[in-house]
Amino acid sequence: MRDVAVLGVGMTKFGELWDRSFREIGIEAGFQALVDAKLSSADLGALYLGNMASGSLIDQEHIAPLILDYSGLAGSHLPAIRVEGGGASGALALHEGWLAVASGAYDFVVVGGAEKLTDVPDTEANRIISGTADHEWETVFGATLPGLWGMVARRHMHDFGTTREELASVAVRAHEMGSKNPNAHFRNRISLEAVLHASPVAEPLGMFDCAPLSDGAAAVVLGPLERARKFTDTPIRLAASQVACDTMALHHRRELTTLDSTVLAAKRAFTQAHRAPADVQVAEIDDGYTISALLAVEDIGFVAKGAGGPSYARGEFSGQGHLSVNTSGGLKAQGRPFGAVGVAQVVELVRQLRGEAKDRQVSGASVGLAQNVAGTGATSVVHLFERVN
Amino acid sequence: MSIARFWRETPHRYNLGGSKCPTCQTVYFPPRSVCPTCSQHRQSLGRLVPFQLSGEGEVVTFSVIHEPAEGFEMQVPYVLAIVKTPEGPMLTGQIVDVEPHAVEIGLQVRATFRKLREEGEAGVIHYGYKFAPIDDHHHAPPRGSQEEPASAMAQAPGRSAPA
Repeated sequence: MRDVAVLGVGMTKFGELWDRSFREIGIEAGFQALVDAKLSSADLGALYLGNMASGSLIDQEHIAPLILDYSGLAGSHLPAIRVEGGGASGALALHEGWLAVASGAYDFVVVGGAEKLTDVPDTEANRIISGTADHEWETVFGATLPGLWGMVARRHMHDFGTTREELASVAVRAHEMGSKNPNAHFRNRISLEAVLHASPVAEPLGMFDCAPLSDGAAAVVLGPLERARKFTDTPIRLAASQVACDTMALHHRRELTTLDSTVLAAKRAFTQAHRAPADVQVAEIDDGYTISALLAVEDIGFVAKGAGGPSYARGEFSGQGHLSVNTSGGLKAQGRPFGAVGVAQVVELVRQLRGEAKDRQVSGASVGLAQNVAGTGATSVVHLFERVN
Repeated sequence: MSIARFWRETPHRYNLGGSKCPTCQTVYFPPRSVCPTCSQHRQSLGRLVPFQLSGEGEVVTFSVIHEPAEGFEMQVPYVLAIVKTPEGPMLTGQIVDVEPHAVEIGLQVRATFRKLREEGEAGVIHYGYKFAPIDDHHHAPPRGSQEEPASAMAQAPGRSAPA
């Protein structure tokens, strides 16, 4: 396997993009990434597109050739492949792109992620996203995604003494960072009181514990590291790409408060990159719900099991310490267009590692980690990135 | 959801019919055709035998749902829980016949046969298990008319639709 680098990144604004279609946002992100990489489309070997539910959301399946076509590349007859894994579709597409370049099958590939959640009413979108849990044995009995994560939160509070305030501090921190991100769905700051007093969704989680339903697209260009200098002065090495899966239903897990899929994907990723959690300065983690963020920092190994709440509440991940988490604003504030999330995380990390993150820049960041989760953790994907000096 | 898609799960959703691996004795719910636990994983295909859960269990965690799943709009707020059965399997279901805020981790519950949800006024009505506290002092009268009268799981009909 050869070393792989990220050569270019791009993304649309995330949010309620009423005036823009799925194909428009897909093309915009892809072209931004190609321009950023200074790569001609004639050099491309393949397109991978992460997407969760276009068929249910916009009545369109078979979307990879659609985006290829409207990118003006139908005549190239490139392979264009959709990758689906719920909310982790974007990171899974990246994994496929990495495999293709690392193996030598293709030299340069575009990996995109796109989702259009606001073309259906909220209730319909919520029904569709609940399909990433076990429909027959969870959803049919009244489960929703926030409901399942609410049960994780309840058990975490019971086992480790995690408080509502600690959970709420995750959302406050996310909006703080979102306020500095021009692409974010939410650019307003919120107070701890606002989170605590928001209307309940699935107790103990309230409205501000849940990431929004967003539209958006993101894309990256991958290529072999040995040829990267030809395209960019700041190639970012994709140092590890790991996927791990677990039981579909939350109730079948070994432990309700640990995502074994994240534990394993992270462990394998650190082994692959010869790195440890302490080496990471910037991380983009899956905070679809405030409780998901606590599990992420614990299961990746940034803090001990059960210590996520106090660590967040003390502001340990807000830039004062060694590690900054979700400088983009995360899913909570930057937004949650499901299939685009895992790719957008990489866009933020690459900008951080290149030193191009402007107001959000973490000075001297050289190692970054992305964690993307589907459903309640039946799939986790962890990627590691390094600045190449 | 098509009728067949729900109907084919009737023995499990109505009667808590699971399966058991004859080699390692592990019980599964819903039933599985391959044993994920034992060393005979490959040989276990098709050899697991039906096993009936008692319907008793303990609340391991729960959430009070205010923004409902589709078809549950008339039931909010409702309690969604993960219940651990004495036979081993854990499963997800509603806790009923109790004030939502009286539910706690460790609550002892028993499965009852109820209406789960309906697909609109003229649509299919889905039945299955919910859980109610065993201890009497937790009991509260059923809220509103959305609940079917309780009946023990053991008396619930099998493959035919309930009267």
